[in-house]
Amino acid sequence: MIESIDLSLVDWSRAQFALTAMYHWLFVPLTLGLSFLVAIMETIYVKTGNPEWKRITKFWMTLFGINFAIGVATGIILEFEFGTNWSNYSWFVGDIFGAPLAIEGIMAFFLESTFIAIMFFGWNKVSKGFHLASSWLTAIGANLSALWILVANAWMQYPAGMRFNPDTARNEMINFWDVLFSPVAVNKFLHTISSGYVTAAIFILGISSWYLLKKREAFMAKRSMLVASVFGLITALFLAFSGDGSAYQVTQKQPMKLAAMEGLYKGQKGAGLVAFGILNASKRPGDGKDAFAVKLEFPKLLSFLGYRNPDAFVPGIEDILTGNYKPEYNSIPYPEKEKAFSIEEKIVRGKKALNGLSDYHLGLKLNDVMTQELGKMELQDNFPYFGYAYLSSPERAVPNVPLTFYSFHFMVYLGLYFILLFVIVLYQVSINQISTKRILLRFCLWTIPFVYLATQAGWIVTELGRQPWVIQDLMPTMAAVSKISSSSVQLTFWLFAVLFTALLIAEVMIMIRQIKIGPKEVTD
Amino acid sequence: MSITLRRKLWIILIIKLFIIFILLRFIFFPDFLKSRFDSKKDRGNYVREQLINRK
Repeated sequence: MIESIDLSLVDWSRAQFALTAMYHWLFVPLTLGLSFLVAIMETIYVKTGNPEWKRITKFWMTLFGINFAIGVATGIILEFEFGTNWSNYSWFVGDIFGAPLAIEGIMAFFLESTFIAIMFFGWNKVSKGFHLASSWLTAIGANLSALWILVANAWMQYPAGMRFNPDTARNEMINFWDVLFSPVAVNKFLHTISSGYVTAAIFILGISSWYLLKKREAFMAKRSMLVASVFGLITALFLAFSGDGSAYQVTQKQPMKLAAMEGLYKGQKGAGLVAFGILNASKRPGDGKDAFAVKLEFPKLLSFLGYRNPDAFVPGIEDILTGNYKPEYNSIPYPEKEKAFSIEEKIVRGKKALNGLSDYHLGLKLNDVMTQELGKMELQDNFPYFGYAYLSSPERAVPNVPLTFYSFHFMVYLGLYFILLFVIVLYQVSINQISTKRILLRFCLWTIPFVYLATQAGWIVTELGRQPWVIQDLMPTMAAVSKISSSSVQLTFWLFAVLFTALLIAEVMIMIRQIKIGPKEVTD
Repeated sequence: MSITLRRKLWIILIIKLFIIFILLRFIFFPDFLKSRFDSKKDRGNYVREQLINRK
């Protein structure tokens, strides 16, 4: 019996997951970055013995604690959603996600929780060295926790190290290291954690600027800005470097996402990178219209960044739909080495894979070994295109181009702005003129919301650019959702909206109050 | 960190964990497959049928 799935259920399930993930991601980056900045500040205290640094460390540690206490466990809701709303997906990937998520749980509970307790409650109770080690281990534990969930996410962008078992209808891990060290996972981890470091550095710059604008806590603010601008500059440069690595992997593994990120409909040799562009809102693939109303680009840069070759051909959305190009990337299924398949061809192959699965089980049921073996062979030969079976037309393989394009460019512009800001602040702090630069201080303060917007935009590019897939090429969102009523998903969507908004308001209010109180005097 | 702030954070933490792990988990987020099928085999069969028949 063919079962059709209510599209509003898919949309509400996606909206709910997006809401939860985006709110969760408001708390995470600050935890990742501030934990390291606090550890660095405490290291300076231990090295210099200057009690002022203990005061500085304890102040930022308090803000870290507020963010941690309010943000912790918000991510667990995503796992609930996997089990309830995305049961097909959860089953399909279960064995791949099991190991990384179990390790994440162990990391979070045993490493992070143990040392965070010493970090907060261990002042004057354990030695300076032990306390410092606890602060560093908290930072390392928090970042290692992030590693495992990012590995799981990377697998969704580039499924590697697994084999589909037709008996259980699950993917099974055959090589843990292929999953852990897939180039997508490595780049994703580095890019994501460095975005957290930049977030925390800007957070410190902004709050410290507020103190200087109010002519309070000048010593603490200037010292904090020095540490934050050095840390921020190094990590923002690394963010750009890892961003290049991530985009290179997208070119190789998700060419449709890259085309959407650049609004590239018609592929070209020596393709330019869009520096500024306004998309033509009425543009559709194959309609012959210009993709841009206005466009300014760096010649050949997209080819160079995507293929490390300024003259390489970068396929556009229309080329990927028609398969009218020879792939220049390495990591594609063997039959496409000479000429890419059109999406229509991939749909045909996806359907063969699905028929193969069906025949395999029919053979099992009828005890017909021949049907079983033929089905299994058809499934294995066409499995890389499994998810295409669910696409009703080739155009369904195109993500939301405007949202992906603008989010990507917004993120890149802000990333470049952050580098510039760190350079200017570092220079002004080093010549001891930062207190007099009130416009710059205001810029630092008002950059805080923008760093959050930049990291959210990054996730929009990652997740929306992958659409229609929940697992690239293997499972679209409409095949991944559970058959439940969309009204129940709507109800929990609004519940989450209320819960998370309340948490966010609590966080902001408590933070502001604590910042207004300022750092306390300490005794060494 | 002051005692007042600590107390406030503990209260938020406990309320949040109660909402997440008690209310949300058990009332709104039962595991779809586990709540309908007892064995792994049945769950696998159900998902396979869903994958084959969903359009």
